[in-house]
Amino acid sequence: MAFEGIGASVKRREDGRFLAGRGHYVDDMNRPGQVYAAIRRSDRPHARIKSIDSSAAAAAPGVIAVYTGADMAADGIGGLPCGWQIHNKDGSPMAEPMHPVLATGKVRHVGDPIAVVIAETKAQAKDAAELLVIDFEDLPGVADIRAASAPGAPLVHDEVAGNVCYDWHIGDKGAVDAAFARAKHVVKLDLVNNRLIPNAMEPRAALGECDVSGHYTLSTTSQNPHVIRLLMGAFVLHIPEHKLRIIAPDVGGGFGSKIYHYAEEAIVTWAAGKLRRPVKWTAERSESFMSDAHGRDHVSHAEMAVDEEGHFLALRVSTLANMGAYLSTFAPSVPTYLYATLLAGVYKTPAIYAEVKAIFTNTVPVDAYRGAGRPEAAFLLERLVDVVAQETGIDRVELRRKNFIPADAYPYQTPVALQYDSGNHEMTLAEALKAADYAGFPARRAEAARRGKLRGIGISTYLEACGIAPSHVAGALGARAGLYEVANIRVHPTGSVTVFTGAHSHGQGHETTFAQLVADQLGVPFDQVDVVHGDTGEIPFGMGTYGSRSLAVGGSAMVKAMDKIIAKGKRIAAHLMEASVEDIEFKDGAFRVAGTDKAKALAEISLAAYVPHNYPIEELEPGLEETAFYDPKNFTYPGGCHVCEVEIDPETGVTKVVNFVAVDDVGRVINPMIVEGQVQGGVAQGIGQALLEGAAYDANGQLLSGSFMDYTMPRADNLPNITVGTEITLCTHNPLGSKGCGEVGAIGSPPAVINAVVDALKDYGVRHIDMPATPEKIWSIIAANRPKMAAE
Amino acid sequence: MYDFAYQKPASVADAVKLLAGDAEAKLLAGGQTFIPVLKQRLNKPSAVIDLAGLKLSGISVSANSVTIGAMTTHATVARSAEVKKAIPGLAMLASWIGDNQVRHRGTIGGSLANNDPSACYPAAVLALGAVIKTNKRAIKADDFFQGMFTTALEPDEIITAVEFPLPVEKSAYEKFRQPASRYAMVGVFVAKGPAGVRVAVTGAGQNGVFRVPEMEAALAKSWSPDAIAGVKVSPEGLNSDIHGSAAYRAHLITVMAKRAVAAA
Repeated sequence: MAFEGIGASVKRREDGRFLAGRGHYVDDMNRPGQVYAAIRRSDRPHARIKSIDSSAAAAAPGVIAVYTGADMAADGIGGLPCGWQIHNKDGSPMAEPMHPVLATGKVRHVGDPIAVVIAETKAQAKDAAELLVIDFEDLPGVADIRAASAPGAPLVHDEVAGNVCYDWHIGDKGAVDAAFARAKHVVKLDLVNNRLIPNAMEPRAALGECDVSGHYTLSTTSQNPHVIRLLMGAFVLHIPEHKLRIIAPDVGGGFGSKIYHYAEEAIVTWAAGKLRRPVKWTAERSESFMSDAHGRDHVSHAEMAVDEEGHFLALRVSTLANMGAYLSTFAPSVPTYLYATLLAGVYKTPAIYAEVKAIFTNTVPVDAYRGAGRPEAAFLLERLVDVVAQETGIDRVELRRKNFIPADAYPYQTPVALQYDSGNHEMTLAEALKAADYAGFPARRAEAARRGKLRGIGISTYLEACGIAPSHVAGALGARAGLYEVANIRVHPTGSVTVFTGAHSHGQGHETTFAQLVADQLGVPFDQVDVVHGDTGEIPFGMGTYGSRSLAVGGSAMVKAMDKIIAKGKRIAAHLMEASVEDIEFKDGAFRVAGTDKAKALAEISLAAYVPHNYPIEELEPGLEETAFYDPKNFTYPGGCHVCEVEIDPETGVTKVVNFVAVDDVGRVINPMIVEGQVQGGVAQGIGQALLEGAAYDANGQLLSGSFMDYTMPRADNLPNITVGTEITLCTHNPLGSKGCGEVGAIGSPPAVINAVVDALKDYGVRHIDMPATPEKIWSIIAANRPKMAAE
Repeated sequence: MYDFAYQKPASVADAVKLLAGDAEAKLLAGGQTFIPVLKQRLNKPSAVIDLAGLKLSGISVSANSVTIGAMTTHATVARSAEVKKAIPGLAMLASWIGDNQVRHRGTIGGSLANNDPSACYPAAVLALGAVIKTNKRAIKADDFFQGMFTTALEPDEIITAVEFPLPVEKSAYEKFRQPASRYAMVGVFVAKGPAGVRVAVTGAGQNGVFRVPEMEAALAKSWSPDAIAGVKVSPEGLNSDIHGSAAYRAHLITVMAKRAVAAA
């Protein structure tokens, strides 16, 4: 049998059912007596609801019920909760306006749910939803963050002055100001981090049920079923947790957008209770565009103070972050603790000060999306470093090396709260430059020029924080939830194993990776280990999957649970082999008496545990099943170097990514093939952000990119062959040494791409280009600068 | 999708009868535009008349023309050895429409009757001086296209075939794809044949496909990319949206035209 333990590229066992169309998704679930919900959504960005006449809808064929925000309020249902509270510079809490499940009084973005129609068929529900007569009074709307924060802007929430959710800061302003005062160079850059629409392959769906005894079940497209149970049960519908089960079965991609507690989950669960019939809602793609939380959307000004030799003295950043119309579940944490704390990056910049204003606008709520804050930080910093290189005349690779935190400086305390545990940026840089043949680039550029093409190369040396986080630290920073993970390991009587994890797989391949980990550590065959996730009726209370945390935190919980299994197994083995517990060793799936040839396999021990005839029953409980909760001591800090090479057609402005190398330090790797796939997927999203994707709103808040006809998702032919390398340092504080790989691709790549585009255009006097670097933007630069060059 | 009656007549005459008797009825050819429109509830026909039973597909070639049945799919045109030989640009254009699935359902007649301003076929039909044949008459390409989603077709008129005159000496198509939809943001068909030298542009104009007389005159004198490199198309009347301004589209017309001429 081939090696299938830690480090083996075992093929993903879940792919058999996915590739055969046998996955089991929420929309595949159908229950006897099921009815269908259709949501009537706002088609306008900002309006007062003067009245809703639902009589025609209620009388339409097949309609069972029509509910509005007033009906929910009458049942004592308030708003959707926010899971993170940020405090302003002055210590006061952020503005936290009501986020009604169904809009009451006003609609605040295109897609805001107003009413739900429940009918016997989906078509009947949709037909009737169109019959609702809603009398709106249109109000001026605002979509752009700069416009929304300007004096006199329309107010998204009447009670939130200036649309400011919070005005927050971090770092030592005095030290930064002093450093700027003595700097040789001050390099400034204004930049936009474009708004993205996640578009997981599977649209969101929810199926609510309520049985005769008042037990509710919600099947939903979630990355974290227990979080939904807690938020919806305790804060929205007031259903005690023992009567509420959440099932997140196969889920087709999330990228963050399926972390949050959404209105539709509460609507179908509540309606199922009122109607005592299962209620199902499945988003259409156009609904996804206007109701799934969007990502990014920052406008920033950054300044770097640099000394004569090119050492960074201080960094000053001011950012406006778009919250959208309401606070999504974890939105406030993204532009603060997941963004500004990462502004040191891989550099030993001694002083950093950042201020962040979060702004409400008449747009879909914004929340964490693959990378969440860290891509925004990496983009700002890695673009700024390139501009520093350009303006000081120092080579960009040399400038980075000069400012790297050296490998021997770890653990390293940054000026913005985080303490990095490990890393080696010189190592990943050197490997990436080698893999990309950086040295050979000038020849390739010259060759491209002979073909009339502009070739550029860009690098980014980034770092991120994932595996969030020590619960007490997160709590002190405003988190309203714990951030541990849990694993339950059940060794069955004959020695096979079921792992119950609080992490959730929606594309990550956990059923394979976790089985490899457990099989390796317990010394049992890979096919003797199964992984169960996603059902609060089966798994212990876990926090789910986001922030590249599943292996670093969830896998560590498994290691702790296995430690307990092995410790108990040793006591059973000692009894069976009449030896002292101290003399029992566990290795390769067997308990051995040290220095002898006496041994018992795990299966013999488990059988003894469940058939405790010859068993130390006075001192040990029967059974072999252990649970461990693991609360991380720190974030983990993956990092690395991405190198992108592009070729631009100067006649059309079209950029083709011709080569991409990602060398990432993700800590210990369990399955290299899955890591490679994760990095490639992340890089694809990063290239998408850099060159293609961008949510477009008009000034008022009408969504212009509301379908794939206008929102440019990356396609296979937009992507190059992506070379993935890993050069690791181990995480020092978790038992696996793993750091996480889910987001690195999306974090490191956008600045590498834009740095390459700017490099390709360097003869045109370009300093910066905002994402997405569309053909027209690039052509405009070329067209505007050509005459000037000719005149020179 | 709203409910509608589904009809599948077996002859053009029956289809015309159904269409004439119901002002709210719509014709279904390949459905590659129409079905998404129905799914988004943007159209509420009383009846959908499926043309698949009319035996309108197929390609025939004579000394003087290539005739393509209205229900011939893009894939059939793209892989037709006869089309490739007689009018290579036309086969090339068909091979670039949509994706593989679209090309196996979408039809030339459906594309022309819909006259989407960013569809590819109108550029070839206009540049090659084709004739659109219907149940009633033959309509010259010059008279057929009458603005965005508007054609010379009467309410009870069905396209049966498209006739492209031969011999075609030069033909090529170049298209700049709208990045998201991959429709033509600017598509330029250049041709030299019985209709003369023609340059037809799709995707860019607010009123659909149009010709560029300055380029035609220049190419008639000298068939080379350089001959039209200096021709600047006015942005006036061109589309402007989140993917490209009118000025950018105007610029791309010249670039695509040059490339098409080089490829022809």
